[in-house]
Amino acid sequence: MNQELVEKIKANPDYQKLVKTRTGYAVKMSVAMLVVYFAFILTIAFDPSALAVPLSDGGVTTIGIPIGMAIIVFAFVLTGLYTKRANTEFDDLTNKIKKSLGEN
Amino acid sequence: MINRAFLFLILGSIAVLASGTIDGEIVKQDLNVSAIIMFLLFVSGTLGITYWAAKRTKSAKDFYTAGGGITGLQNGMAIAGDYMSAASFLGISGLVYLKGYDGLIYSIGFLVGWPLILFLIAEPLRNLGKYTFADVASYRLRQTPIRTLAAAGSIATVILYLIAQMVGAGKLIQLLFGLDYEVAVILVGVLMILYVTFGGMLATTWVQIIKAFLLLSGATFMAIAVMAHYDFSFNSLFTAAVDVKGIDVMSPGGLVSDPVSAISLAVALMFGTAGLPHILMRFFTVSDAKEARKSVFFATGFIGYFYILTFIIGFGAIVMVYQNPEYLDLAKQAISGGYPILGGKNMAAIHLSHAVGGDFFLGFISAVAFATILAVVSGLTLAGASAISHDLYASVFKKGNADGQSEMRVSKMATVGLGIVAIFMGIAFEQQNIAFVVGLAFAIAASANFPILMLSMYWRKLTTRGAVYGGSLGLATAVMLVILGPIVWVQILGNAEAIFPYKYPALFSVTVSFVSIWLISITDNSQNAKDEQAMFDAQYVRSQTGIGAEGASEH
Repeated sequence: MNQELVEKIKANPDYQKLVKTRTGYAVKMSVAMLVVYFAFILTIAFDPSALAVPLSDGGVTTIGIPIGMAIIVFAFVLTGLYTKRANTEFDDLTNKIKKSLGEN
Repeated sequence: MINRAFLFLILGSIAVLASGTIDGEIVKQDLNVSAIIMFLLFVSGTLGITYWAAKRTKSAKDFYTAGGGITGLQNGMAIAGDYMSAASFLGISGLVYLKGYDGLIYSIGFLVGWPLILFLIAEPLRNLGKYTFADVASYRLRQTPIRTLAAAGSIATVILYLIAQMVGAGKLIQLLFGLDYEVAVILVGVLMILYVTFGGMLATTWVQIIKAFLLLSGATFMAIAVMAHYDFSFNSLFTAAVDVKGIDVMSPGGLVSDPVSAISLAVALMFGTAGLPHILMRFFTVSDAKEARKSVFFATGFIGYFYILTFIIGFGAIVMVYQNPEYLDLAKQAISGGYPILGGKNMAAIHLSHAVGGDFFLGFISAVAFATILAVVSGLTLAGASAISHDLYASVFKKGNADGQSEMRVSKMATVGLGIVAIFMGIAFEQQNIAFVVGLAFAIAASANFPILMLSMYWRKLTTRGAVYGGSLGLATAVMLVILGPIVWVQILGNAEAIFPYKYPALFSVTVSFVSIWLISITDNSQNAKDEQAMFDAQYVRSQTGIGAEGASEH
């Protein structure tokens, strides 16, 4: 890729929008995963009894079980949300950028 | 009638990052006929695929990336196949069996790295690279030093992982199939060489896909059988488990007790996953960034589902295997009391397969465990061979002037070489305590491979000097801290107290790596550094848009 083309793409408003939106989204999603996971790990490290609370009086199932399962599902849902948005909105923008280069 | 008098041993060596050692005598089993028949079916099927793949593997691109034409769903399944090793299956279900809830903590740690790979790595990696992650790291930096370091990180990770897999394979096969340890190790080595040399990435991918399918099917059947026993009520299952093992299995039990270890383990699992060369390499097998994203989406789904299954399987083993006289190691019980099961905790899932499905299903799960090991070592070897042929031979030694055919020839020779090394290492380490090797592999991946990859993609100011010295420092720190830590320094070398008190060094070595790469890069005022920084824009545009990226080849 030559410097002229690079400058041209960088000046393209669609490119700027793509980079800004996607970077923001990716960072937001990463932070969401990290916060949930580290909240879980630090709870285990500092106050494990918080996860040992039974769901119902006299029952054995603790709140830690649905929380753990929910983190697994949460990770999967995050990848689904990101993939859906990237494969439509972000790819559309990318294709628009590519098209604008072909036309000139 | 198959002799059910298993005398299994702890396979702690492959039990992911969990501590555990191989101890005591292994007693070879009588031949397990149904397992062997099912295993032979798997082997002949996969060799057939290898023959088919060999005819389609003509260029270097075919060999390294299956021509780049694997779909997102297929690749997601293959990634899951790479990641769900025998260690995950037997190790995590064994950990749940032993400690209940703590097993779930490990599973979650192994899973949460995947969304980050999707958000931050998959797409730029696919857009910038060709065959190995070193392609990306050396995109605008100096080829020779960066490729050498990246190859060193890859080969170290691959060989450590291979040792763990080979030793685990030898013991598992010896126990399940009644073969000699050496025979088992050589068999795994030879089959893996055949798959990879002749079938390249295409055969390796399909071996992974088939194995992932078999493993998920088998685990699903076991989990359903367990749940059916309790009318599909988790509460009944847990109540039954608490009746035999006590209430402690329902909550965190001190596996990760101090905050430093907890965070360090989390860092190793998350960043280590994102620095494993055989995982990163899989992103070059798909046609574009769109398929790369789908790969991670499907892989995360399969892996997450699998970990939920292993959790149910572990609890199933608590109620159906623990205290069941059929699976008790009576000799061991006579000495130490309690309820030790035959073969140790990592055999819990294997015993459960017999409890829910009889000899036939036991044979099936045994064959699946063997297939799992074969698939994982094949993926590892291909990644190691690519680092040798593509990074060291073609880029460092030949300065980028090697043609595709000679590069492919070198990678086939490297495959055979790595296969032989793996066999010898497997035999040499039979009686060694190798509990530290997988942890070390993850630490190196997290401390050397991951920072270099991440910063080269996102940080303009990264220079060759910073990457090489900082990355090497990170790698050296990881190795040193593992040696000075409790497993090697105390358990293996027999010293009284560890110099470095934590089992997982990643928090420290990753920090050392990032800080030193940063410091050495920003103080680099050479012309070379300025040139490299100037090339960042072109790289970034390509990583964001995929313009100029490698496409799929036509077949």
